[in-house]
Amino acid sequence: MQVLVSGLLMGLIYALVAAGLSLIFGLMDVVNFAHGELMMVAMYAVFTLWQVSGLDPFILLPIVAALLFGVGVAIYRLLISRALQVRFNKGMVQIFVTFGLAIFIRGLAQLIYGGEFRSITTTWLANRTANVYGVYLPLPQVAASVVCLLAFAGLLAINRTEFGRALEATREDREAVALIGIDRDRIFALGWGLGSATVGIAGVMLAGFYYVSPNVGANFALIAYVTVALGGFGSMLGALAAGLLIGEVEAITAQLLEPSLKQVGMFAIYLAVLMFRPRGLFGKI
Amino acid sequence: MQNSIILRRRRELLVAGGLLVALVVVPLAIHDVYTLNLIIITLLFAGLSQAWNILGGYCGQISLGHSLYFGVGAYVSTMLFVGPHIPPPVGMLAGGVLAALVALLVGWPCFRLSGHYYAIATVVVQEIGYLLALNWEWIGGASGIYIPFRGESILNLQFRTAKLPYLYLVLGFAAITWLVAWWIEGSRWGFSWRAVKDDVVAARSLGVRIFPSKMIAAAISGFFTGVGGAIFAQYVGYIDPDSILAGHIAILIALPAVLGGVGTLWGPFIGAAVLIPLRELSSSYLGSSGSGVDLMLYGALIMGVALFRPQGLVSLFRRGAHGAA
Amino acid sequence: MALLEVRSVSKSFGGVAANVDISFDVAEGEILGLLGPNGAGKTSLFNSVSGEVSPDRGEILLAGKRISGLGPFACAKAGIARTFQVVRSFESMTVLENVMVGAFSGTGSSAEAMRKSYDVLAFCGLQAKAEAPAHLLSPAEKRRLEVARALATEPRLLLLDEMLTGLTPTEAQGGVQLVRDVAARGVTIIMVEHVMEVVLPLVSRAVVLNLGRVLTIGAPAAIVKNPDVIRAYLGDRYAAH
Repeated sequence: MQVLVSGLLMGLIYALVAAGLSLIFGLMDVVNFAHGELMMVAMYAVFTLWQVSGLDPFILLPIVAALLFGVGVAIYRLLISRALQVRFNKGMVQIFVTFGLAIFIRGLAQLIYGGEFRSITTTWLANRTANVYGVYLPLPQVAASVVCLLAFAGLLAINRTEFGRALEATREDREAVALIGIDRDRIFALGWGLGSATVGIAGVMLAGFYYVSPNVGANFALIAYVTVALGGFGSMLGALAAGLLIGEVEAITAQLLEPSLKQVGMFAIYLAVLMFRPRGLFGKI
Repeated sequence: MQNSIILRRRRELLVAGGLLVALVVVPLAIHDVYTLNLIIITLLFAGLSQAWNILGGYCGQISLGHSLYFGVGAYVSTMLFVGPHIPPPVGMLAGGVLAALVALLVGWPCFRLSGHYYAIATVVVQEIGYLLALNWEWIGGASGIYIPFRGESILNLQFRTAKLPYLYLVLGFAAITWLVAWWIEGSRWGFSWRAVKDDVVAARSLGVRIFPSKMIAAAISGFFTGVGGAIFAQYVGYIDPDSILAGHIAILIALPAVLGGVGTLWGPFIGAAVLIPLRELSSSYLGSSGSGVDLMLYGALIMGVALFRPQGLVSLFRRGAHGAA
Repeated sequence: MALLEVRSVSKSFGGVAANVDISFDVAEGEILGLLGPNGAGKTSLFNSVSGEVSPDRGEILLAGKRISGLGPFACAKAGIARTFQVVRSFESMTVLENVMVGAFSGTGSSAEAMRKSYDVLAFCGLQAKAEAPAHLLSPAEKRRLEVARALATEPRLLLLDEMLTGLTPTEAQGGVQLVRDVAARGVTIIMVEHVMEVVLPLVSRAVVLNLGRVLTIGAPAAIVKNPDVIRAYLGDRYAAH
């Protein structure tokens, strides 16, 4: 039971990370290989701000989210928009632009912070655990899950706004939206901002109970790709469902096998789903 | 008959031949161990990247997890040498064959995935391999395997101090992968793959069979990457998952081809010739590979090439690299 | 025995019926016209014959053997080749290399494929352009290249999809002569065309489709006078001149 609950809590974080990835992909058919690194940026950002100001990550959350939003938009404007215009071997270029960015950011983090693990230790909820019917619920993780759920709700709410509808329209038919007055470039930029902010939120909450290191992004990114592929590219609901599933599978695998092998279970499921249902559970694309 | 294709191919062979001779003769005059080591690593990764290029460049399936095959080759050859004392020349062939089989196994379900889905799948598979190796005590787990020195000989592929035998070995390796790529370019498969990359519907209508040819590309690519892994293991004398199977090795295998020109004959070689010395320079001037600067370098290079010169550095040498639009 | 037998072929795409109960035969060595206004289902039918899609109902036989539903590779191997309504040349390759892709379907040897390709290029009048990059050709030349490429597979049946559309009168004349030359080599041809005046003198018979069904099959002279055909075309505002 403990195992299942832990899996659930972690799964929500995976789901949120995946949601940001799925958003960007659904919008413009670009897989952001730097997605994990963006989360890592958020984690280092909140860590540094915490170190400097002593403020609780909850308070820093909006700041970091806004920061990541800006970073996302910048990435789009500086890199992605250019990548989309390249005529030669489009697919390869898109893969490598974000892949290169990921590696660059990882190296930058390593340069600035070194490779050691850092963690945020003195926050409002740190090291506090609730005990519900014999199940231990580490409060930072619970808080993280709550925030993730709120974020999902937020995403769904955005879907109903004009911006959300524009996003949806652009997703449906990239070519035609210019005809109805939607500035595609702007939508893409905002989409990148939103997707980055989403993963930034996940990162901030994660920093509350997970260690921060240059490679943390890579680990979560892989899980994010798996989650999105499982849930279906472009589907928020799929990201949520798949995230929870992945979280559970990981927890159960860690229990049944070895903790260091916990990811093998989810990867195996990913490959299996890919074979039989390449679109993922809820995939639209 | 004479035409541009035949003339060009003849020219390529001549250039390659000349280069080969130069690389045989020139090292005889070099006594600086550091330089020799640099040449060895450069040639090794040129060959590895060319092997990658066969699948990623010519066939169009971008694999970001190629260190898996590198690792299979390294581990197989090492285990055969450490245990049953099987000579590495045989071991590397065995490693290559096994790596090819793994490549087929991976390719079979994954080739129906396009572009980025395939790339992600290759990373996932490589990570699985990495995690399994980390936990598999029989092959050394996280601590890795030290290759015992059993006496200096060609059969053992071990030499106390001499670098030249290794150099000629990797030179042969690089030369063979180059030749395989050269042959493929002029072959039916080369044409098929280029056709599929240009227009898959038209290619299909002409009877091009995509899936079997992708499997063949995977097997060839996996084989040579595995052989390269075995060579690396014997050269370095120590293997562990972090130095053989990890993601950064996969990057190092793919990057020379991306830098030099994906799907071109000379791309991986030019890319390796630029990248490896650059890496050495940066690590000696700017600190060891733990500092992250090398990663920043790779990242910047990849982004720069992808955005500004996707045809690769090779296009600087000729107007319109072979295979480019 | 007819070379191609289309038997009650029906195909729908997402609820829209593209082909409904199409049946006709094509004799060996014939040049058959496949006519009809836009949206009549001509290219869909081609896609079923060439294996790009599988018919929902019915079957297609080539020389008595079923080829429907087997996929493009099987159809190509059986001897069916085609050109496309929107030209699909291999833009990164030269003219010669384009044709070689087709030539390779019959041989594994590059030298052999090259030799065959030169022959085909000469036959199609493109030998002077052999070394030219395909993306630099004029539209008429690209059409010719597609035909050459298809011919290099040494097909028994060649499907030409609007090969003459959008050409100048001189180019169209050249195209018509090419079709005649190809037929003279023994290749059976089905041509989809819009431009009636150009295609009717060329074909021995024509199948006219309208709204997915066969409207009529007959000799060109009869088709031109058929009131249903005239109504089908005049009623369609997008019919070509």
